[in-house]
Amino acid sequence: MKPATRLRIVVLVAAVAAVELSCRSGVIGAFTMIAPSQMVVSLWELLASGRLHNDIARTLTAVCIAFGGAVTVGALSGAVIHALPRLRRTADPLLAAYYSVPVFVFYPMFIVMLGLNDRPKIMIGFLYAVAAMTINTLNGLDRVSPVLLKTARMFRMGWASTTLSVVLPSAAPYLFTGVKLAIAYSFIGVVGSEFILSTGGLGYQIGFAYHDFNNKTMYALILFILGVVLIVNMSLHAWEKVLMARRGLQ
Amino acid sequence: MSEAHVVLDGVTRVFARAAQEPLHALGPIDLTLKRGEFFAVVGPSGCGKSTLLDAIAGLSVVTDGVVRIDGQAVAGSVPPGVGVVFQDDASFPWLTVEDNIAFGLRRQGVDGAEVARRVADALSLMGLTDFARAYPAQLSGGMRQRVCIARTLVLQPRLILLDEPFGALDQQTRLLMGDELLNLWRKTGATILLITHALDEAAMLSDRVGVMSARPGRFLEIVETRWPRDRDSTIVSSPEFGAAASRLWTLLRAESLKAMQHQARAQTV
Repeated sequence: MKPATRLRIVVLVAAVAAVELSCRSGVIGAFTMIAPSQMVVSLWELLASGRLHNDIARTLTAVCIAFGGAVTVGALSGAVIHALPRLRRTADPLLAAYYSVPVFVFYPMFIVMLGLNDRPKIMIGFLYAVAAMTINTLNGLDRVSPVLLKTARMFRMGWASTTLSVVLPSAAPYLFTGVKLAIAYSFIGVVGSEFILSTGGLGYQIGFAYHDFNNKTMYALILFILGVVLIVNMSLHAWEKVLMARRGLQ
Repeated sequence: MSEAHVVLDGVTRVFARAAQEPLHALGPIDLTLKRGEFFAVVGPSGCGKSTLLDAIAGLSVVTDGVVRIDGQAVAGSVPPGVGVVFQDDASFPWLTVEDNIAFGLRRQGVDGAEVARRVADALSLMGLTDFARAYPAQLSGGMRQRVCIARTLVLQPRLILLDEPFGALDQQTRLLMGDELLNLWRKTGATILLITHALDEAAMLSDRVGVMSARPGRFLEIVETRWPRDRDSTIVSSPEFGAAASRLWTLLRAESLKAMQHQARAQTV
C-alpha cells in the first residue's frame, strides 16, 4: 500500500472515530448528530424493512435518466460545436459562464411546465450535468492530435470509422472526466431538487426526516447517498487509472 | 528501376490567407520517381518539403499541376498502395504495439491468421517482438517511430512516403534506423520518398537527393549518389560520402540563409 493511501485511510478512520467518540460522550448532542455506528445500524434496518425502496428506486432512476441524457446530449452538442467554429466562438463565453447560473431557481418554472412529478428534478439534474459533458467533449476533441487524423486518412478511413476508431479513443480521457462530473452533478441536481418541492425520493425523505426530528432516518439516508456516490466515483476512478496508466498519463 | 512510378507535373501549392497575401508555398515542381528508387528531399526550413509530401500522398489538394501514381491522378485522397510515416508520433496510445501494427490489416479485412503472421514478421523485422503487448507510452521515442513504420510497412505499400521519421532521434539511432530502412527497402522493392533536414541521412540512404530552394520550394538540383543497392551506414566513412554531403551543403547553404532572412522579416512585420 502506498504511503499516501495509508495516510488517507488513517485520516478518515481518525475523523470517523472522533465523531463517534464525540457523539457517544455527549460532546455532540443526539439532536444534532447520531454516532456513525448508529447511522450504519439505522441504514441496515431501513434497507431491511424495505420502507424506502420506492424512494431509492425513484431517486436512482431520476439520476440515471438525467445522467444518460446529459452524457448523450453533452457529447453530441460538444461534437457539433467543435465542428462549427462560428458556433464555437458564440458558445464558448456562454459555456464558461454556465456555472454561475443557479439552475435551482428554475425549479418552480419546471414544475409549472412539466408538472409536479419527477420530470422537473430530472431536468435540474440534466441541466447541471450537461454542461460538464459538453465542455469536456470540446476539450477532448481539441486535443485529438492532427497527426492521428492524418493517419486515419492514410488508412483511407471515412468519417464514421475515423470518429469511432480514432477520435473517440483519442478523446476518451476527457470524455471520461465529463462522465464522472456528469454523475456527480446529476446526483446533486436530483437530490437537491427533491428537498424543495418533490413528492418523493431520497432528498424528500431526508427533508421529511429532518422536519420530523428523525435523526436516525436522516443520517442513515445521508450515509446511503454518500455510499452510492463514493462507490460509483471510486469505481470510475479506478477504471480511469488503468486506462491512463496504459497511455503513460499517470 | 527505370519505369516511372510517381510523376509530378507542374505541382504548385498556394495557401489562401485571411486578410493577407496568398502564401505561395511550393512549385511549380516537375519530378519523376522511378519504381524501386530511394529518393530524398532536403531543403531549408519552411521550404514546402512536407507540403510536397502531402501533395503526393493525396493529403492535400494541389493548386495547380498534377501528381500521378502509376499513371493515375491523385485527387484529394490517399491512393491504394501508398503508405505514409509522419514526423510526429502517430502511434495510437490506446492500442498495444501489436494492435497498432495490425490496425490497417484488420481494416482491410485480412483474415486473422494472416494478420498474426504479418504482424509477427513486422515485429521481428523492427526488433519489437519483446514489446508486442506493450503500450506506446511504455516505449522510447525511437521504438514508437518503429511501431509507426511497421504499421505502414505491414500493408506492403508500393510507395512509402517518410516525413522526417527520424527527426526526434539521436545521431547513432538515426544511423541504425537508416540501416533498417535500407534493409526494408531492399526486401520490399518499394519506392521510397524521404523528407529530411539531415544532409548526412539523405546522402547515405538515397539513390538521388532533391535539393529544394527557400519558399516557394522548387528543386535547385537533383544530386545522384551512385551508391550500390546493398549499401549501409558504413559508407559515411568513405570519401565519396563526404563529397556528396559537401555538394548538398554547398547547394543548401545560400537557400538556408535566405529562409532565415524570410523568417526574421516575417517576425518583425
